[in-house]
Amino acid sequence: MIPVGFEYARPDSVDGALALLAEHGDEATIMAGGHSLLPVMKLRLAAPELIVDIGRLRELNYIRVDGDEVAIGAATRHHDVEVSDVLATEVPLLPAVARTVGDPQVRHRGTIGGSLAHGDPASDLPAAVLALDATIVLRSPRGERKVPATEFWTAVFTTAKEPDELIVEIRVPRTGNAGWAYEKFTRRANDWAIVAVAVVDGRVGLVNMGSTPLRASATEAALAEGRSIADAAALAAEGTEPPTDTAGTPDYRRNLARVLTRRALETAAGR
Amino acid sequence: MGRLTVAGPTAGLGSKSMSIMGTRVVRVEDPVFLTRGATYTDDLTDERLSGALHLTLVRSPIAHATITSIDVEAAREAPGVVAVLTGADIDLEAPLLFAGAPKQMVRPWLATERVRFVGEPVAAVLTEERYQGPDAAELVDVDYEPLPAVVDVREALKDENLLFPDAGTNTCSVYNAEPPDPDFFADCEVVVTREIVNQRVAAASLETRAASAVWGDDGRCTLFVSNQNAQGARDEVAGWLGVDPKSIHVILPDVGGGFGAKIGADPEFALVAWTARHTGRPVRWSESRSENMTGMVQGRDQRQTITIGGSRDGRVKAYRLDVIADAGAYPRLGVFLPVFTRMMAPGTYDIEKVDSRATVVVTNTTSTAAYRGAGRPEATSAIERAMDLFAAEIGMDPAEVRKINVVAPEKFPFTTKGGVEYDSGEYAKAIDLALEASDYATLREVQKARRERGDAKQIGIGVSSYVEITGGGAFVENASVEVHPDGTALIWTGTSPHGQGHATAWAMLASEQLGIPVEKITVRHGDTDHVPEGGGTMGSRSLQTGGVAVHQASLELIDLAKQRAAEILEASVEDLEVDTANAAIAVRGAPGSPTVTFAQLAERDELKVKTVWDGKKATFPFGSHVAVVEVDTETGKVTVERIWAVDDAGPVLNPLLCEGQRHGGIAQGIAQAMLEEVVFDPDGQPLTATFADYGFPSAAELPSFDLVTMETPTPINPLGFKGIGEAGTIGSAPAVQSAVVDALSHLGIRHIDMPTTPLRVWEAIQDAVKEDG
Repeated sequence: MIPVGFEYARPDSVDGALALLAEHGDEATIMAGGHSLLPVMKLRLAAPELIVDIGRLRELNYIRVDGDEVAIGAATRHHDVEVSDVLATEVPLLPAVARTVGDPQVRHRGTIGGSLAHGDPASDLPAAVLALDATIVLRSPRGERKVPATEFWTAVFTTAKEPDELIVEIRVPRTGNAGWAYEKFTRRANDWAIVAVAVVDGRVGLVNMGSTPLRASATEAALAEGRSIADAAALAAEGTEPPTDTAGTPDYRRNLARVLTRRALETAAGR
Repeated sequence: MGRLTVAGPTAGLGSKSMSIMGTRVVRVEDPVFLTRGATYTDDLTDERLSGALHLTLVRSPIAHATITSIDVEAAREAPGVVAVLTGADIDLEAPLLFAGAPKQMVRPWLATERVRFVGEPVAAVLTEERYQGPDAAELVDVDYEPLPAVVDVREALKDENLLFPDAGTNTCSVYNAEPPDPDFFADCEVVVTREIVNQRVAAASLETRAASAVWGDDGRCTLFVSNQNAQGARDEVAGWLGVDPKSIHVILPDVGGGFGAKIGADPEFALVAWTARHTGRPVRWSESRSENMTGMVQGRDQRQTITIGGSRDGRVKAYRLDVIADAGAYPRLGVFLPVFTRMMAPGTYDIEKVDSRATVVVTNTTSTAAYRGAGRPEATSAIERAMDLFAAEIGMDPAEVRKINVVAPEKFPFTTKGGVEYDSGEYAKAIDLALEASDYATLREVQKARRERGDAKQIGIGVSSYVEITGGGAFVENASVEVHPDGTALIWTGTSPHGQGHATAWAMLASEQLGIPVEKITVRHGDTDHVPEGGGTMGSRSLQTGGVAVHQASLELIDLAKQRAAEILEASVEDLEVDTANAAIAVRGAPGSPTVTFAQLAERDELKVKTVWDGKKATFPFGSHVAVVEVDTETGKVTVERIWAVDDAGPVLNPLLCEGQRHGGIAQGIAQAMLEEVVFDPDGQPLTATFADYGFPSAAELPSFDLVTMETPTPINPLGFKGIGEAGTIGSAPAVQSAVVDALSHLGIRHIDMPTTPLRVWEAIQDAVKEDG
């Protein structure tokens, strides 16, 4: 449980962080809250040569309304998302999802940008951001680009982010308090989801149903055609290839996806 | 929720006026734990350990393999490395960790020819700094040639792949080799049989294993370890090192949980002591959580075949329990535990014919040993499942079937068919109390209504009746009580508290007799130079042995004080009594006449007594639990809604401590029933070796517990005490498991193995629906 030795840098600006990434390339790893990175380092499954700690960059820690969207700084802690008044009004799905991440200690360290960049298909926030049709803002010395959430996760633990890029912001459409729900299924309260379903405005995001966070597109299409919640939810696992582990088989996960989607859609319809 | 029975002085002990017995004295241990924090073995800043080397073990990543080469050269060159050792360097005989196992099944100190489980040590690295150890350990190059892994006990029984080819078998013990009588159930109208699994669980103590050793110029080794029995650890380590036990001084710092897995020494302790001697430097070792989840002994793991027979009027006539137990790779205490399982096979029931047998095999998994209950929960879960199956078969209420068959109160002391003598009990009364507290009839109505509505979320009600052994096999314990001239007192005990609260409880027992306030009494333990003999804390033995020894020592101290006071007070010993209000000896019936305090007597001459209590027998606490669970039939998720627990361990000395033991015990029972299981894949790779994967519960998974008081004293000791440490675990697991099955009984489901995880429950529902359709 002692990691391989590494260098540590804590730049005082995003530009400083980007300069370090540009200089060290693949050998550098960004750390924000450290709650995904440090455990794998302690298990010696990861051994970065340089850690670039962006966790204390205040310029990446904000939640504010910006036009039709809410802009969230990448190093904003889960806890801050959880208790944000702005999000409670404008995008209530996000605080509800953030509240289910780990335990209070984890939520005070972990960040939204870190969770998205880590790309764990069992994490809560990626599927929520996917269902929200959010945009992920990446910056590098080459400039800034915006990637739609639907194009961000490319494979297990793999994203569209280049090694010299940093997630700086997540832009989320303002949904208001209508048509959202999050159904997370775990064995224990602070476990990763066996399966979870985020619903907002007729869009459905699935947690842990494949190698990336997914949209239940067959369900979304059925809803768009005006079919019943029960019928639409029955299609939630279409086209998915869910993983096998001690907590669940693919069949079991498909069942959970259908049941949780139905429950989430019912809750969403009631708001 | 959370309706605790808050009792004042309890009926059994609190009748005397001003008595401290049976009162909720707040734990004297807690201020330190809650402020400065505990001092665990790894926290020690003891000067004797300054300049210590750090031991890191290279552990096998493969469950079963031949070692073809070990290259340590690169590791020797790594920064801070003082020594890298392999098995060839250790000049000690490899130990047989369970005396009754075949002599070939010894565990090498460091494997040289073959590894037999993931996590087995193959090399030892000693470094100046701790952080240097894992880096150097990674450079030890071991070549393994994999062998087929034996993971399943039935596979092991075939003896096709042998862990110890020289032994010629994987079987390490057989209890009752008599073949079963084919006519055993001949006179039974109804016979039900089923194979069930009492799964393997991890103790998962929050403090992992740790040891530190230093040899003095006098040739003695001071060994700090995290353990439940200093004296036992000393004897074992001395035996392994081939030295006189007197030359090992074991000291136990605070211990952060044991649950049975810290009974006895671990081979690693001897490696620490040996390497300290070898290098001439103090050596420290503290394992990581990943090491702990494969290296520390695990519990349970029995494959059981239960067969029960009786008549349709609810009378059980015959019961058979056939066990295959998994010892893991190297036989340890787990080999013995089926003895307890067989002893307690009939549980609380008066059954005409009882038959049991057990076979213990080795597999390529972590060794098994004691875990909260150790052999008794396995017996209870088996008979309780059997009772439920029998009740379902004859269509009778499971609580009713239990009440028909329990041992009647007038039959105590009751000798079971297995020859075990139950000291005292009122089993039907315990069941009635639990049924009454839970309002069982109403619960059944709620269940009926939900079934009629066809709700997705169904409720199930489970009833358990249990009896267990406490203080089994270790009836003797010693205590010393000494009063100082300043009026304080010091107690040394041979028990080994690690959360149980002996410092509070033992002080209460002495205070009751001597009148010295609890806050002036210090209780110490876990130092073999001060207490050379002692049985430690295990098997729920402490109060009924160590506690009673303190009581007896206090009485003997009073006798000694009276003899000395007689001279001073110019009265005969018979006319003297203790004035507990003043911690003094006074003349009986002569208020206002001179007295002499214990402190004054101590000023003149050492006032100290050491005594040994021998209870000669075990005691048999019992009880009954009712659990209510909600099962989400669409997802398989089980939620424990309520649990009512009647746990009768005789008179309660301190309800706070007793309830704490019950709460922890019930939680661990629920955990086994619902969540916890150590899983190995077919290659023997552990799949649950982190706390993310291993399912122990948090407070969020548990309801508040409803504790019901019942106190039936044992005649075995003067205070009537039985043990309470494991009772909650033994009673709650079968109640919860039964409740889960009960919630789904309308689908034709009769059994689901523990843990009743969402996946397993959902699959059982799918199978039932398929069969039905």
